[in-house]
Amino acid sequence: MSNWLAQIWALTVYNVRTIPQRKGAAVAAAVGIAGVVAVFVGVLSIAEGFRAAMAVTGPADIAMVLRSGADSEMTSGLGREQVRLIADAPGVARTAEGPLTSAELFVIINLVKRSTGTDVNVPLRGVTQGIAVRGDVKIVEGRAFEPGRNEVIAGRGAAREFAGLEVGSRMEVGQSEWTVVGIFAGGGGSAESEIWTDAAVLQPAFHRGDSYQSVYARLTTPEAFEQFKDSLTTNPQLQVKVLRQGEYLAEQSSMLIEFISGIGVFVATMMALGALFGALNTMYSAVAARAREIATLRALGFGSAAIILSVMLESVVLALLGGGVGAAAAYWAFNGFEAATMNWQTFSQVAFAFAVTPPLLAAAIVWAVGIGVFGGLFPAIRAARLPVAMALRE
Amino acid sequence: MRFLGLIWSNLKRRKLRTSLTLLSIFVAFLLFGLLCAIKEAFTAGITLAGVDRLIVRHKVSLIMDLPVTYGPRMERIPGVVSAVPFVWFNGIYQNEPKNFFATMAVPPAPFLDLYRECVLPEDQKQAWLNTRTGAIIGRTLAERFKWKIGDRIPLTSPIWPNKEGGAWEFDVVGIFDGANKGTDTSGMYFRYDYLDEGRAYGEGLVGWYGARVSDPEQAAAVAKAIDAEFANSPYETKAEPEGAFVQGFIQQIGNIKTILLAILSAVFFTILLVAGNTMAQAVRERTEELGVLKALGFRDGLLLALVLVESGVMAAVGGLAGLGVAWLITARGSPVPAMLPVFYLPTRSLLIGLGLVFALGFAAGVLPALQAMRLPVALALRRHV
Repeated sequence: MSNWLAQIWALTVYNVRTIPQRKGAAVAAAVGIAGVVAVFVGVLSIAEGFRAAMAVTGPADIAMVLRSGADSEMTSGLGREQVRLIADAPGVARTAEGPLTSAELFVIINLVKRSTGTDVNVPLRGVTQGIAVRGDVKIVEGRAFEPGRNEVIAGRGAAREFAGLEVGSRMEVGQSEWTVVGIFAGGGGSAESEIWTDAAVLQPAFHRGDSYQSVYARLTTPEAFEQFKDSLTTNPQLQVKVLRQGEYLAEQSSMLIEFISGIGVFVATMMALGALFGALNTMYSAVAARAREIATLRALGFGSAAIILSVMLESVVLALLGGGVGAAAAYWAFNGFEAATMNWQTFSQVAFAFAVTPPLLAAAIVWAVGIGVFGGLFPAIRAARLPVAMALRE
Repeated sequence: MRFLGLIWSNLKRRKLRTSLTLLSIFVAFLLFGLLCAIKEAFTAGITLAGVDRLIVRHKVSLIMDLPVTYGPRMERIPGVVSAVPFVWFNGIYQNEPKNFFATMAVPPAPFLDLYRECVLPEDQKQAWLNTRTGAIIGRTLAERFKWKIGDRIPLTSPIWPNKEGGAWEFDVVGIFDGANKGTDTSGMYFRYDYLDEGRAYGEGLVGWYGARVSDPEQAAAVAKAIDAEFANSPYETKAEPEGAFVQGFIQQIGNIKTILLAILSAVFFTILLVAGNTMAQAVRERTEELGVLKALGFRDGLLLALVLVESGVMAAVGGLAGLGVAWLITARGSPVPAMLPVFYLPTRSLLIGLGLVFALGFAAGVLPALQAMRLPVALALRRHV
């Protein structure tokens, strides 16, 4: 056994050492694999970044209430009376001032995107107790808006992507003018891509009377959700659907994430095929060029399994080199790249940063190794099957 | 012609290598074709936008409504031929968001007159005018759900619940085709009067207007006149040419063109580098033989041509097969109709692909061929690779 391992080791080291003699072909194969890995990581980092921006794993103790049949906050609507009933439901956390619920409005305004200079749909959210309910909103610049005044705070991502959201600047929406008084971080979901203001000021500005679109509620415990949900859905005065914030966010982002991941995996698969053919060619010519050496080794007593493994290992080493370079290049080029896109399901912009995550890098390396293994297998078998006498005479 | 046999036997000398190279070229061009179709799916709207059409929406954003009374007021503005209201219905079929398709309420006759690229047979048009619950659906949509004329389709709308609180019922009275390949036929249009009488609230409100101007040259000026007409009213408008509107919409998604171009260049760079390297290697290996041919009296130019034809044949076979299969796949329609309603391979992309095929064949063959040509016969004969 140890003799066998020693054979493999000796052969692999020998093979790898001869790579510099076949620079052209080896580099081409490695670059092919690097390309596959770079594209794979690049495209999927968009999906990962988007998922992170939507914070799909929302806190378990925040519930959302929409009108039944609504597929997003945009298409939902709740009257004042319904909002009151929801706030009084069991399971809602309370403070000295009353239940911790926030009735909210969600509308879209047009702002200019910095990178393109064109109009984009930016979500504007009117909240009542939005900051208290979410609990993790931090004002990173300026101050919070004062209730009853035309003041807004902008999410960090929104302030970065869209023009005119610096603290102190004014924005005109319809016939009213609003002052940006602060920048905030946190808030869960895509909140950082949004602009927040007092719902009571937003209602008249958008002809909404005293209606809202959604209610966010902080629950006493994550387990109180079922009780909260049951009491609302069985109440004949309400036609609502109740879901956890995390569920809602996952629903809202599923289409785009699936689409990007689908394209990413498809393109990477096709490229991997192309790179596989390249690797096969490289390894076949490597084996063909060394036919006589391999025959000599066989004549000296090296086993065919050892030869197969050593050729495959050589190919895997090449693949790892290429994959490593590709992954590093993708990380350097894409990680943290800031962008904003329209989430088709909410019809509004989400600011996000490409995220090259460790699992993504690991998956990319697995692809590279896979190409290396398959690219080496068949040439290795051919090498081992060469008739010794004939190859020696060549 | 008499050298075809020579080229053929050169291609056959390492069958495995030839077929692997062919396959990787095939994959590269297949991917090229499909990515071009995806790009076209995102941008077709701009090229097809009517130059004589304006989109008029609420100044604050597209989700805000405008009153239906604005239509006649717009039509009185000089330069405006017609103004047609649209209401986004957001119909949901069988309570399944994955079944998404565009549903809009419009007045039938003015709509068909405005969007002449939606081709509807005359009898179906009459049926639509005579049926209040009638709806017309695009060819792509009809094929997607296997709907036919006479079917009754229940849809719910999260935006517009009807007075009875149940689903809205629509009768398919017509199926329209697109006048050109890029026309979106994945949507459904039904009658505005049906919506307006049935909806629980929001009577008299529409989403946006499509307006035809008499002179495309004056489109920008007319847009300005429309906005001025409604300035300082509770519903201020933003009018812009349809092309600009569609472009703005696409830019919201991000720079699709740059992203796809980046992917395409990465694909081409890597796969073609690999394939090109193999092809070049195949020629380098034969330097000795090329020396023999020269010794036999073959001229430099002829040798160069022979090598170039060989690499050209490889590129052409692999590349054309790839483009062909991409064309076949796209001809079968969109694999994700909800995301990419328009999906086809434009002729322009096919031509670019053809150009790339020739460029690849030339680039892979020319360097080693030139090297071999310049090599003195004696040296080439002595060289063993």
